[in-house]
Amino acid sequence: MSDLRVRLSQNAALLTAIAIFILFYVFYNMNHPRGFSVAVLIQNSNEVFTLAMVAMAQTVPVLMGGLDLSVGAIMTLVNTIASHLLNGSPAQMAFGMGVSLAAGAACGFVNGCIVVYGRIQPIIATLATGAIFLGLALFLRPSPGGNVDDDLSWAATNDLYEIAATYGYAQDGEATWFQPIAWIPVPLVLLVLVVVFIWLPFSRSVTGRTVYAVGSGEGAAYMSGLPIDRAKIAAFTLGGFFAGIGGLYLTLQTSSGNADIPQAGAYTLNSIAAVVIGGTSLLGGVGTAIGSVFGALILRTISFNFRIFEIDPLMQPLFEGVVLLAAVSLGAFRVLRVKNTLELFR
Amino acid sequence: MSTSPSEPAQAHVQLTGVTKRYGGVTALDNVDFACELGSVHAVLGENGAGKSTLIKIMSGVVQPDEGEIRLDGTPTSFSHPAAANAQGIVCIFQELSLLPDLSVADNISIAEPPRRFGLIDRKAQRRRAEDLLARIGCEDVNPMARVRDLPLSRRQMVEIAKALAKDPSVLILDEATSALTSADVDTVFGILRRLREDGISILTISHRMHEIEAIADKCSVFRNGRHIETFAQGARSEGEIVQMMIGREITAHFPPKPPPPEATKPMLQLEKYSWEGKLKSIDLTVGAGEIVGLGGLDGQGQKELLLGLFGVLKGTSGTITVQGKEVTIASPQDAKAAGVDLALIPEDRKTEGLMLPMSIADNLTIASLNRLSRGLFVDQDALTAAVEDGIQRMQIKVGSSSDPVSTLSGGNQQKVVIAKWLMTDPKIILLNDPTRGIDVGTKQEIYRLLRSLAEAGASVIYYSTDYEELIGCCDRVAVMYDGEIVRELKGDEINERNIIASALKMDEAAE
Repeated sequence: MSDLRVRLSQNAALLTAIAIFILFYVFYNMNHPRGFSVAVLIQNSNEVFTLAMVAMAQTVPVLMGGLDLSVGAIMTLVNTIASHLLNGSPAQMAFGMGVSLAAGAACGFVNGCIVVYGRIQPIIATLATGAIFLGLALFLRPSPGGNVDDDLSWAATNDLYEIAATYGYAQDGEATWFQPIAWIPVPLVLLVLVVVFIWLPFSRSVTGRTVYAVGSGEGAAYMSGLPIDRAKIAAFTLGGFFAGIGGLYLTLQTSSGNADIPQAGAYTLNSIAAVVIGGTSLLGGVGTAIGSVFGALILRTISFNFRIFEIDPLMQPLFEGVVLLAAVSLGAFRVLRVKNTLELFR
Repeated sequence: MSTSPSEPAQAHVQLTGVTKRYGGVTALDNVDFACELGSVHAVLGENGAGKSTLIKIMSGVVQPDEGEIRLDGTPTSFSHPAAANAQGIVCIFQELSLLPDLSVADNISIAEPPRRFGLIDRKAQRRRAEDLLARIGCEDVNPMARVRDLPLSRRQMVEIAKALAKDPSVLILDEATSALTSADVDTVFGILRRLREDGISILTISHRMHEIEAIADKCSVFRNGRHIETFAQGARSEGEIVQMMIGREITAHFPPKPPPPEATKPMLQLEKYSWEGKLKSIDLTVGAGEIVGLGGLDGQGQKELLLGLFGVLKGTSGTITVQGKEVTIASPQDAKAAGVDLALIPEDRKTEGLMLPMSIADNLTIASLNRLSRGLFVDQDALTAAVEDGIQRMQIKVGSSSDPVSTLSGGNQQKVVIAKWLMTDPKIILLNDPTRGIDVGTKQEIYRLLRSLAEAGASVIYYSTDYEELIGCCDRVAVMYDGEIVRELKGDEINERNIIASALKMDEAAE
């Protein structure tokens, strides 16, 4: 087989997810009264970013063959922390953001240590820690509220022009060179930055590869002399960090903190759906966080479509479930092609 | 290299008084052992003789309870496999250590990937994989391919490439050639000879005597955790070695074959049996009481033929006739149903043969539960009796039948797989390389068992990668090439020369 065909066949699930997303999103824009406009794009990217981060957070433990039931809780905890800290002088705000992200990573680190040193299965360890994180979040924000800097919130949730205009970069965003990129929504830029500067380097590091190796065959990974414990802790820590970015962004988007327990649960479950739709195997070893981002995009685009067609919102969970089943069934088509049924069990 | 006692070669790795116990079992008992610089040293012994423990200690997987390891004269110890690797001791394990979801190139460089700016340099990694694959004659393997998608024999070659990538000074092979084709074995031996000339010490565990004869300089025999004897290769006859290994006289390697039967009643007939270009219009008849071997190079359709018969393959064409009745076999459930009565001893006992965490008793009875049931429920008395019967029939060495099957040695695990299928009273028994990685004693028990099953009227189809087995065991050998049966050998025609010639499709040239 040629290299191209090998690449295509190995990334079939990711490519399918991208194609489904494009299909849904173009369909949505064609039916939207202001379809294909920057305003719609900005709104959509705001609505998608947090889930995309939580889905990336879920991907790392799943690649290792475990589920993280605490990603939604970490997001919520970081949301409540950030809602106390994102105000004051620029230095104070920067400090607040740093503390928020560090808190997310710390939650993941705790998960990793419990899994590695407590020898507890990830699904049950994170079920417990998730409840603890939500408890802390409720303690920090018994009722919704918060004090978030308006400029920061505005700049983070609009296009690049608004950042420049708010903080006086590129001649308040009027510089000629700046115009071609001025329309790009900030959350999209953040998403690309996270993927390019965090996910891709991680997946090409020895630790990242060890995460894949553990999901593919932990015994073989150990016998190959790989740093398994370090990789497990790193995987959960990175997951916590991604969830923390999601929580931080949610704070900027809503200008408040809310220890919303049903919301935390919904994010966790949606993150698993996004991971699966994005082509990552729940058995571990196969997939990428980029796929999960597209999984999140697909899930959100479904709800966008619901809005413009004015279908009863009560129908939405039902429809999302159907789409999840359908998307997962696409992966099952290989079953029909497999001529050696023994391969299905490998 | 010289092995005369007057000029002792330098010991590269030396073990002194090494003892290892697992619970109450002494796996290695006060063993002294030395592996010399620039030699190939074969370790022989039955399963449970302590070979695996020996190499696990040398490669850092387990730590000895007593004794000392010296590397180039310096005392050392390895707390984990990576520590042994760091000192140049690299082991190719019997249980494949490859990661199925990663690419060939990823696997080869898994321990020490080439890096740029701290990240894995995929281009360098790919070049390295290409170089190593070329070195072991595997240019056909795409370094980008996932290991999961490769056939077993290629995976084993990737495993060897992975070991070479670590630039070993001591290379340990644990049954590393058992899944390879003969051509690959020759290539690997060529590499081993070159490594030996470079002064690398090679330790190999193999159950194939002719391979040991071909490559080893020295042999050591282990039995019951003790080092029995070390001698220069060739100093002992095959019979003497086997006797040292099992400690009792072996009269015949293979049970005697009955005279070639006159036209027996056909048990299984295949006509124009085809599948996906891997099986091409196969016609084969197997009589009652006959053992038919499948020969040929690895990957010529032998495994597919067995899997197809057992209902695992979809989209087969042609007809299967069992005892005069045409049958359709769409699943293993169909295959073992009354009237078809097939059993398949699969290739990989750990994944296809056994449910490792389940008990020996559960594994033994799992294929015949419907026979042991009354109405909806399993008859516990019948079950207990069946388990005892199975253990006795195959002489499986078990502590308690309620222990997990994973606690048994490889040979005994394989016996459980065979006993499980014998409980279904099969009329046609398919075996896919059942003696891979199994000790000599158990192998011989399997040979005798097959013969007694045949004598009781069953038909046996036996695929083996070891030509000696085909020659010693089979009444007839169908040699396959590229999905076709190119030649059927009978009686005296069954010899190594004919099998190899047919396997390479050299019939015309050879005659």
